[in-house]
Amino acid sequence: MGITLAEKIWAEHVVRAAQGEPDLIYIDLHLIHEVTSPQAFDGLRLAGRPVRRPDLTIATEDHNVPTLNIDKPIADPVSKLQVDTLRANCKEFGLRIHSLGDKDQGVVHVVGPQLGVTQPGMTIVCGDSHTSTHGAFGALAFGIGTSEVEHVLATQTLPLQRPKTMAINVEGSLQPGVTSKDIILAIIAKIGTGGGQGYVIEYRGTAIRALSMESRMTVCNMSIEAGARAGLIAPDQITFDYIKGKPHAPEDFEAALAYWSTLFTDPDAKFDVEVNLNANELEPFVTWGTNPGQGLPLNSVVPNPADIADTEARTAAERALVYMGLEAGMPLKKIAIDTVFLGSCTNGRIEDLRAAADVLKGKKIASTLRMLVVPGSARVRLEAEAEGLDKVFLDAGAEWRNAGCSMCLGMNPDQLAVGERSASTSNRNFEGRQGKGGRTHLVSPLVAAATALRGTLSSPADL
Amino acid sequence: MEKFIKHTGTGVPLRRSNVDTDQIIPAVYLKRVTRSGFEDGLFAAWRNDPEFVLNKDAYKHGTVLIAGADFGTGSSREHAVWALQNYGFKVVISSRFADIFRGNSLKGGLLTIILEQDEVEAMWTAVEADPTTSITVDLETRTVNYGSKSLGFEIDDYTRWRLMEGLDDIGLTLKQTDSIDSFEKNRAEYKPTTLPIRS
Repeated sequence: MGITLAEKIWAEHVVRAAQGEPDLIYIDLHLIHEVTSPQAFDGLRLAGRPVRRPDLTIATEDHNVPTLNIDKPIADPVSKLQVDTLRANCKEFGLRIHSLGDKDQGVVHVVGPQLGVTQPGMTIVCGDSHTSTHGAFGALAFGIGTSEVEHVLATQTLPLQRPKTMAINVEGSLQPGVTSKDIILAIIAKIGTGGGQGYVIEYRGTAIRALSMESRMTVCNMSIEAGARAGLIAPDQITFDYIKGKPHAPEDFEAALAYWSTLFTDPDAKFDVEVNLNANELEPFVTWGTNPGQGLPLNSVVPNPADIADTEARTAAERALVYMGLEAGMPLKKIAIDTVFLGSCTNGRIEDLRAAADVLKGKKIASTLRMLVVPGSARVRLEAEAEGLDKVFLDAGAEWRNAGCSMCLGMNPDQLAVGERSASTSNRNFEGRQGKGGRTHLVSPLVAAATALRGTLSSPADL
Repeated sequence: MEKFIKHTGTGVPLRRSNVDTDQIIPAVYLKRVTRSGFEDGLFAAWRNDPEFVLNKDAYKHGTVLIAGADFGTGSSREHAVWALQNYGFKVVISSRFADIFRGNSLKGGLLTIILEQDEVEAMWTAVEADPTTSITVDLETRTVNYGSKSLGFEIDDYTRWRLMEGLDDIGLTLKQTDSIDSFEKNRAEYKPTTLPIRS
C-alpha cells in the first residue's frame, strides 16, 4: 500500500528509529526569533555546546519590534533587551540574522519563503506555532517549544512521535469575494480547535490546487488553530514557479525538481481520517467568539448559546459573548469595528495587500475607525511601495507601517485598548490576544478592507 | 531536570475549556530572557477577578491543576509551562491537551495527565467539596489517587522513563552523533542552506 506525503517526508528524515522510542528526525531548516530563543542559547552556553549547523539556521526580529520609528532604539527597555540578546546570541554562535532596518527582516514565516529557503520535502521548525505556514510548499513544518529549539541548535534533530494523518478535501471552486482565509476559518469551525490534535493535515482537492502559493500559506498557517501541529499541500507547478528565482532557490534546479515531483500522496495511500468541504458553498467567514473555532458566515447572526447542545461548547459560548460584548441574534454585519488590522504571518504578504488595496482604491475608510496596514516583511513593504499600494492605503486614511508581528499579538506597541474591537486578518481571537481587554474578529483581507470602508463587519459585496 | 516519580499535593479546579497559552501567560509577559519569574504572568487577566480560583485562599497552595478540555492550545510558548512550574504546579490534568503544550510540559518535567472528562468532573466535585483533598500522582504505577479512587492513566514508556530518571533529551540525542553524521553525509546537494548569504 502507498503512503501519504507527510509519511514520505517523515521517512526520508529518520536518523534513527528504535522500538519503544520516538524517531530521531533530521531538521533541514531552523528559523529563530527573539522571544522563544534566549533561554535555548543560555542552555547551550551552560553546557558548552556549539550550534551544530549554523548554515541551516536563520534568525529575524519580529514579535517584539515596533512598526514605527524603527530607525530609533526600541523604546521599551525589556523588548530592547530581548532583541539585543538575539543579536548577541547570533553573533556569538555565528548565525545569520535579519535585524530591523534590513530588507529581509520581517515575520519569520514571511521571511523563509521570500528567501527561497523554504522548499518542498523539507523538515522545518521554529519556536512559533505558525511554522505550519511552510507546509504550503509540501514541507513538514511545525512549531516547537524552547527546549526543542535548544535541542535543534545542538543536534539539528528532534526526537518525535510519529503523527497520524488527516486529509481535508476541499472540492469545487470559490465564489468571488471568498478567499483561502474563509476556507481555513470554515475548516476550523467544522472540526473545532481540537479536531486536528495528533494529526498532520494534508489539504487536498480542486479548490486547494487552484490557490496561489500565498493563499496556500494562509491555509496551512492556521492548521494549528484546528489543533494540528502541521498542515501541508503537495507541491505542483505553482509551487515550483514561486521558488524559481528566489535568492536561495536550488542552483541545480532540475535535480531539485526531479525530487520535488515525487512529493505527493500515493493514490492508494490511506489517511487515518478524511474530512470534506464544499468550496462552492463557502461564504466570507468571520469569528464571533474567543477561539478560532467560534466562526460563522458573515451573513449570519451572533449565535444563541442556549441553542448549543454540548454543555462545554455552550458554557464557552456564553463566556465568549460576555467577553466580546455581543448579544445573541445580532446580525454579524451590524457589529461596529474600532480598528482594522491588515497584516501578520497569516495575511501580511503582497497578494493580501494587493487584494485589500483593490477594495480601498479611491475610497476613504470610515471616520469611526483606524486601519493599520503592516507588511509581513521589509521586502513586502518595498514591493508594495514599488506598486504604489502604500499610496492607496494612505489616501484611504489607513496607516502604513514597517514590518513585524504588530497587532497580531499584544507584545509590541501595537495593541488594542480595553474594550476596543478589531477586524483582524491575523490568526487568533483569544481573550486579550491583541491587547488586554481587546476584542478580535478574525477576517480575510477583503473583509478587512470592506469593513474599514463601512465601519461594520462587511464584505466587498456590501459596498 | 528534576526526577518525577511520585507527587502528593492538593488540587486546583479550573472549570474552563479551551484555555489557550495566551490565557496561561499573555504575550506581554514573554519578554524575559531567563526561565524563572514567570509566575507573575500566570493567568494574568483572570487574576484580577477576586472570584478566580487561584485567588481563593483554599486553593492558594494547590500543586495539581485540574483543567477543562483542550488545555494549552495556541501559541507554542514554553513560557506557559514555566509559568505553571514557577507558580508551583507539578501536575496538570485534563481530558485533552494541545500537542505542542503537552510536548513542552513533558520535556520540562511538568507532568500532564489525560483522564476521561467524567473523571475530571468527579475530581472537580471532590476538590470543590474539600479543597484539602490529598491527591497523589504516581508515575511508577501510572495512577492518580485521591479519596478512595485510583485512576489509571497512559503515558508512553519512553517519556515515563525519561521523567523518572530526570534525563536531558539533548544529552540522550548527542549519544547518537554517529547516526546524525552519517545521515548528513547522504543529504542531497540541492537542499538549501542559509549560509553563505545569497541575495
